[in-house]
Amino acid sequence: MSNFFNKSDLSRKDAENIVSETLNNCDDGELYLENSKSESIILDDNKIKSSSYSSDLGYGLRAVTGEVVAYSHSNEISRNSLKQSSENLYSTLKSKKGTYNHTITKTNEKFYEDINPIEEKSLNSKLELLKEVNNYTRSKGAIVQQVTASFAGEHKFIEIIRSGGEILTDVRPLIRFNVSVMLEKNGKKETGIYGIGGRQSYDEYLKNDNWKKVCDEAFRIASVNLKSKPAPAGEMKVVLGPGWPAILIHEAIGHGLEGDFNRKKTSAFHNLMGERVASEGVTIVDDGTLHKKRGSLTIDDEGTPTERTVLIENGILKNFMQDRLNARLMNTKSTGNGRRESYQHVVLPRMRNTMMLNGKHTQEEMIKSVDKGIFAVSFGGGQVDITSGKFVFNCTEAYEIINGKIGSSIKGATLIGDGPSILKEVSLVGNNMMLDPGIGTCGKAGQGVPVGVAQPSILINKMTVGGTRL
Amino acid sequence: MIKDQDYLKKTASYCIDLANQLGATSSSAAVMHSISETVNFRNKKLDESDRSDSLGVSLTTYVGKKKSSISSSNLSEKNIKTLIQRCIDTTKITPEDEFNSLPDKDLLATEIKDLNLYDNDHIDNDEKIEYLKEVEESACEKKEIINTETSFSETKSNFILANSDGFSNGYKSSSFSASCVAVAKNNENMERDYEFTSTCHLLDMAKPNQIGSIAAKKTIQKLNPQKIESEKISIIFDRRISKGILSTLANAISASLIARGTSFLKDKINEEIFSNSINIYDKPNIIKGLGSRYFDSEGVKTEELKLVDKGILKHYLVDTYNGKKLNLKSNGRNGGSSNLFFEKGSISYKDLLNLNSKNLYITETIGHGSNLVTGDYSVGASGFMIENGVFKYPVSEITIAGNFKDIFKNITLANDLEFKYATNAPTMLIEGMVVAGK
Repeated sequence: MSNFFNKSDLSRKDAENIVSETLNNCDDGELYLENSKSESIILDDNKIKSSSYSSDLGYGLRAVTGEVVAYSHSNEISRNSLKQSSENLYSTLKSKKGTYNHTITKTNEKFYEDINPIEEKSLNSKLELLKEVNNYTRSKGAIVQQVTASFAGEHKFIEIIRSGGEILTDVRPLIRFNVSVMLEKNGKKETGIYGIGGRQSYDEYLKNDNWKKVCDEAFRIASVNLKSKPAPAGEMKVVLGPGWPAILIHEAIGHGLEGDFNRKKTSAFHNLMGERVASEGVTIVDDGTLHKKRGSLTIDDEGTPTERTVLIENGILKNFMQDRLNARLMNTKSTGNGRRESYQHVVLPRMRNTMMLNGKHTQEEMIKSVDKGIFAVSFGGGQVDITSGKFVFNCTEAYEIINGKIGSSIKGATLIGDGPSILKEVSLVGNNMMLDPGIGTCGKAGQGVPVGVAQPSILINKMTVGGTRL
Repeated sequence: MIKDQDYLKKTASYCIDLANQLGATSSSAAVMHSISETVNFRNKKLDESDRSDSLGVSLTTYVGKKKSSISSSNLSEKNIKTLIQRCIDTTKITPEDEFNSLPDKDLLATEIKDLNLYDNDHIDNDEKIEYLKEVEESACEKKEIINTETSFSETKSNFILANSDGFSNGYKSSSFSASCVAVAKNNENMERDYEFTSTCHLLDMAKPNQIGSIAAKKTIQKLNPQKIESEKISIIFDRRISKGILSTLANAISASLIARGTSFLKDKINEEIFSNSINIYDKPNIIKGLGSRYFDSEGVKTEELKLVDKGILKHYLVDTYNGKKLNLKSNGRNGGSSNLFFEKGSISYKDLLNLNSKNLYITETIGHGSNLVTGDYSVGASGFMIENGVFKYPVSEITIAGNFKDIFKNITLANDLEFKYATNAPTMLIEGMVVAGK
């Protein structure tokens, strides 16, 4: 637990008073306080390249009236600083005639434990383990030219003080373990990257030689790419593997279903509520309640408990993802998707764990049905243009499919598609839904937040593959 | 008010002194303060105001050849003490690395020539609002524009970098920027585009009506795009995109990638990597330059480098640590390039469009499709089809792909270089890339 006020000339009572005064005649707003610790240890080129630790403290004061948000943040928690922030908000919101919405749902449910993963494992043991990771991965042969392995841990305590003195708190652990391998054979170099993580202690991921699986996977991906040939170029059928490839869902339609873009009518989905946006059999949810998963939150950054929000049910658009501001302006309720990277950032509607649910087909069936296409197993990053709906993602492991059989591996290529139409092109949904290993970070308006994705294998009728082979 | 040099210097030397007392054999500290105020407007109404005040310290301590670092935004004396103790404890158990050290003393910056990077002018939020109103009004003169989002941001920063070898220096800088994102609609098609201005000095900013009308024009041009057939076609990169070729180069020749052996340009020093008409400079000392600096993030002096001379790679971007690994002296590039640019080409923009009867003109790319290990490149793109020098129709939902080793050797530059970003390139023609479409 953290007490933001015991080393400050600002008492909790003072803070509550300033918040209530500032938010008088506003529709919403709060004081958000954050105390976060993070560490990063990186082994690279056979050496510990860096070990760093960071301790951050700060607040953000937000006032919302109508469609207008006024925000002021600082890392100095003092009476003067908060007063100055309050004055800044006043000067922006000259005419305000809102009524503060005091309603906020409470919850007793927690989706992760109150632990500090950084302190749970000694630095020495983390350093030792990275050394072991390096030795183990390099022992796979002389073709291993470079190994990078890293731990990142975070412990974030947040407190929200609302007008009237209502207080909400959350303690959020987060860790990540990552291995990257570069192989060289006959003058050709390729990399493979794999990682795992979530909201729990390092031990959960590193016991029983779980870390070896991460090294094996990074090595395997790099080995596959060493044998890869140039990717084809043009429109063709695409089978996506289960798990992490669901970043297609995240980019292609997830962002387009965030409340702000739809309230502002800049999303290609804004006038499609209740309409068919995907093939029958396609159901997509955004779930913040999965235990210890990277995208999960007990409460969001406005204090709303998270939930499992059905976005698309059997192909029909059912809900957008909402924070309090956009929900109020669209006459609906917050779905617990109000998130911010830190106290330095305003709240935006953001995804949590975005998942396409199981259908009834097998991956084998899908591959058999394809004459000419590709089978994409793993991806790097993706990006979307919300307005035109065009999205891309980059394959890091993919194969050709010829006459219903998996052929040789192909070089990393970008796949491009159109968000609003891509889900209508999904012709088969698999029965093998899988969550990603816990490595996703989503960027929006310059803010990064941890997210998860999940899907079964799916068959897409046509997508453009950005290879070099015509 | 932005904290003055005295305050920052005091904090930095407090950290260094304490680190030394607690057992560090050497150390370096940076203390940064910045205040920024941003106003966002949407459809001619105030949407958001944001004030940010952030003060932070970061410290790296060495015990012999062992190294570790901490950073914090909590500058209470008690917290700083705890953190420095933690940093020293961590340093002591971190394995040695023979290449760890502060920069060589004789490379540290001593002379500081004023580059005019700070403008004390302040623009009130009300004046920012007036500017943005004008931006939106000029954008909305076009009836196809259905949505405008504009933003005006002012930032003032100050910092001190100090180390236990006696270096202690820093400077103020300022930044003013405004942008307009417009959405245009025609039938069921919606497109988005933007324009912006970003400068060190308030008076150098572009006029608001310019920002608005350019954003509107660029957006409307993109309406009703077509998808084209997959083919090999000559590609022209607009200046928004062509500078990305230099960013890729800067990443690929950073000493860290070279030392790790994970760059497609490893061992290419003194070899021809571009065609012999290409010259590339990195110039840290441009007056009011967006990438200008007096020294790098270790305090090492930065001098102008001609990175590529007649197509031949002459320098890597070298920092102290990786320099020692490669047996090279730091050239003050910890933190990367400064003002990086191509020397302008010899033909006009118009002539460049006419070099081939058919060109694909790219104005936007999406995705992270650059592989620095192999040089492979594949990204999503949109732009325009140009036939006989004339813009025919917008194109979208395509990808462009190739390998940087080939791309670099097939570049023709126009003579329209301007300094709008820290990294700048003229309009660029590239032969031999593959477009994937239908």
